[in-house]
Parts: sequence; structure tokens; C-alpha cells
Amino acid sequence: MRAMHDLGGLPAGPIEREGHDPSLAERRVDALMSLLMARGVFNVDEMRRTIEALPREIYERHDYYERWLHTIERLLVEKGVLTRAEIEARLAAGPAGA
Amino acid sequence: MTEPGLRPGMRVRVRERPVEGHVRTPFYIRGRLGRVERLHGRFPDPERRAYGGSGLPPVPLYLVRFRQADLWPDYAGGAADSLLIDLYEHWLEPLGDGHGA
Repeated sequence: MRAMHDLGGLPAGPIEREGHDPSLAERRVDALMSLLMARGVFNVDEMRRTIEALPREIYERHDYYERWLHTIERLLVEKGVLTRAEIEARLAAGPAGA
Repeated sequence: MTEPGLRPGMRVRVRERPVEGHVRTPFYIRGRLGRVERLHGRFPDPERRAYGGSGLPPVPLYLVRFRQADLWPDYAGGAADSLLIDLYEHWLEPLGDGHGA
């Protein structure tokens, strides 16, 4: 069966060739991913397995770095680094420094 | 250590393994006929690394050539156009040494 990310050869619209400057949030997600892999918390294949297994509604609704963020959350819970409850509690507390 | 079982010039068919999880073989190439270009080397298996394993022993990875016209039914380019793609040995079914093909 074709996985949802595996789009090679499917009909598609024109390619958007213009880039954009990454936002601060995107840069932070990128940095977090790099650090977690450099520390050996998970590897690139685990990251790819997780992003490809995101629920379709999450995968399709979110952009590139938002998918990364979902993936980081899921892997940190899977690896026992954080619990879902800890993530929810921190989110409920609001932005850091606020 | 897994010794490479395929040689340059060999004809191969890409397996249609019913696998779940992370694989590096895209859907469009499965079941297609190609020819081994060369061995890249041996690398930890990403399918096992995807579940936290070491991926060892490393598995042979090949560069494999396909005719573009064999991949896309409405291909409008030249008949000699080809596509080169990296495929692990466990995705490749050997069909012969290429002589007389």
C-alpha cells in the first residue's frame, strides 16, 4: 500500500519554487530536532518512521516544521523523556517568560 | 556482514514487500524491472533503525537503473532516458546476469 507521504509519480500541481525566510519558531524546531538527534535521543530513521505514521488529518493539516514538532513530541513520549501529561501541563502554563 | 549478492549488469525486479513502517523504496518503483549499475557499499538497515535497532549487520545498497518509459505510461521523453535510484538488496529479486536480455 502506498503510504501518505509517498507521492512520487502522482498527479500534482505546479511546484512552488520561491523560498521563504524561516520563522523564529521554525528555526527553534529545526534546532531542537538537530540537538535531539546529536544527543542520540532518537535517530533519523525513527524520526521518518514517526512522521510517516502521523494521523492523516495531522499530516495534511500541518506544514513541514509543524509535522516535525508533532514528531518530536511523539518520540519524546515514546522514549520516556517526557510524558504526555507533562507536555499538556507545560502548554497550559503558557509561554515561557510570560 | 552481509556479502553483496548482486553484480553490476544484473537484471532485477523490485520486490513488492507488504511492509509497514519506514522504508526507503518508493511506491512507484516497486515491481519494476531494472539493472544493477553498481554497489554503493553496506549500510545499517534503516527499516530496523526506524524501530530503535542498530540496523546491523549492514546491508548492501545498490544504484539501480530503470528505463523512464518503463516507469511512466505516458512518458514523453527519449527512449534512452533512465532513472537511477538507490535500493537495498532485500528489495531486489535477481533475474539473471543480463546476457541475452
